[in-house]
Amino acid sequence: MKITEPEVRYVADLANLKLTDDEVARMSRELDEILTHIETLKELDTSGVEPMAQVLYDAEETATLRPDVERAPLGNAAALANAPLASNGYYKVPRVIER
Amino acid sequence: MIASLTISEVQAGLKAKTFSATELTQKALAFAEAENVKTNAYLSFCPERAMAAADRVDQALSQGADPGPLAGVPLAIKDVIVTKGVRTTCGSRLLEKYIPPYDATAVARIEQAGGVILGKTNCDEFAMGSSNENSAYGPVRNPVALDRVPGGSSGGSAAATAQGTAVVALGSDTGGSVRQPASFCGVVGVTPTYGRVSRYGLVAFASSLDHVGPFARTVADAALLLRVIAGRDEMDSTSAFAPVPDYLSLLDGNVCGKKIGLPKEYFEGVASETADRIADGVKLLKKLGCEIRDISLPATKYAIPCYYIICTAEASSNLARYDGVRYTTRSGESSTLSDMYRETRGSGFGAECKRRIMLGTYVLSAGYYDAYYLKAQKVRALVAEDFHRAFSAVDAIVAPVSPFPAFKLGEKSGDPMEMYLSDIYSVTGSLAGIPCMSVPCGTTSQGLPVGMQILTKHFDEPGMFRLAHAFEKAGGFAGH
Repeated sequence: MKITEPEVRYVADLANLKLTDDEVARMSRELDEILTHIETLKELDTSGVEPMAQVLYDAEETATLRPDVERAPLGNAAALANAPLASNGYYKVPRVIER
Repeated sequence: MIASLTISEVQAGLKAKTFSATELTQKALAFAEAENVKTNAYLSFCPERAMAAADRVDQALSQGADPGPLAGVPLAIKDVIVTKGVRTTCGSRLLEKYIPPYDATAVARIEQAGGVILGKTNCDEFAMGSSNENSAYGPVRNPVALDRVPGGSSGGSAAATAQGTAVVALGSDTGGSVRQPASFCGVVGVTPTYGRVSRYGLVAFASSLDHVGPFARTVADAALLLRVIAGRDEMDSTSAFAPVPDYLSLLDGNVCGKKIGLPKEYFEGVASETADRIADGVKLLKKLGCEIRDISLPATKYAIPCYYIICTAEASSNLARYDGVRYTTRSGESSTLSDMYRETRGSGFGAECKRRIMLGTYVLSAGYYDAYYLKAQKVRALVAEDFHRAFSAVDAIVAPVSPFPAFKLGEKSGDPMEMYLSDIYSVTGSLAGIPCMSVPCGTTSQGLPVGMQILTKHFDEPGMFRLAHAFEKAGGFAGH
């Protein structure tokens, strides 16, 4: 086993995902199969190979910099329009800090 | 008539006043809505926006102004590409009510060029899947065979183009999501060079791999649409600076003497009829005077594990934003912030998204980073190096897009690993960021389309299109 059910629960916690017991069981089976396949990478010698984070960049390093010119922002109302809960120009979430 | 129009036919019709843009849009909308019950290709239509765009074209024409290269062309946009004021679901329950406050750059450029957006097309949830069965809004049916999948994740855009309910369409490709459905539905699908088209407004799945790409029924239409949407955009710092050639004017040209590489790794484990059609395609290329060479891309074997590490790692990070605060859906009566996050995400994401978020979180978690993510980034460099070496000896590479043609709905949905493995011939080009496309290459004995993949070096879309165009013409494969 590459990944156990307790490990699946730990990773789900890291990912902020609530999983049912059934999902945990299924996930550990499926992830196990996928991770087993992924293990084949180990046979490949990659010593001396530079990791590739970006596949293509075709300009000077500073080319993406732009002049610091003011632009109209999206605006508060438009930004909040898709919020499930908002008031007074803010997103509303369950209380985080006890008073 | 609407179902087989090309962009140039729309232009000719407008010029000859056979129809106005408004008339064509009305007809196209009515046709698309009526046909949609068969395939479920569209998730929503935007008639008001379409009529407004058509009106702008008619106004321009009446004033003798240039209405743009896409004037009056009815088209569809994959529902992972945002459209201001028009619902964009990403195929997810979580975004059922999401109305974007801005347009993607590709969308804005299409409308500036006179294009008429009819609606938004179905796809696998957050573009994760190879069959379109992961959509929260039901699968798309392949218009060629309604009991079969259209491929994925851009299944709706492929199906709409094949069905003729859009002249052209936009999709997105992360590991094959334009090319594979194009091959399953018998249309042209293009994944341009990474960065060639701005990703601004493409809802992020795996940022280092995501591409916006066109679907069309002819190579010429795909080339024209790419020309419109390509080019530097300061809203996407990874968009390429290289000037955009006029692909359409470069389309005709001799392909005689072009060196074509056949990578032996791409012909292992291919279904026999798919292999036969590709072999016929290679014969046709020979007839056109191309020089065929056997080549090897040895890292191919490792491309699937490499791809599924990188794309899930990036996805787990990109999808963190759907937490119940900003994007329309919040679940449960949670009393704490943390429970609210967990419940919203647990009930909102479908099975495939959860699997990928979990795999991505796992490979990035403490103690595993070097063994998985860093290793995959090194393997990615080897995959890219393979292509680099190959393109010093050949002008283009030809291969299958998928090991098999469109399969039946439900046939493969029970085995995620099997589905992942079927992406083997398409993820390599994505990892290397090179232009690649699927061009129709005949059908199986059951009438199922087979797509041939053409890959070229970075920014050599002109060479890719020229070969595809010559091939399409010689084989009589242009979809009409």
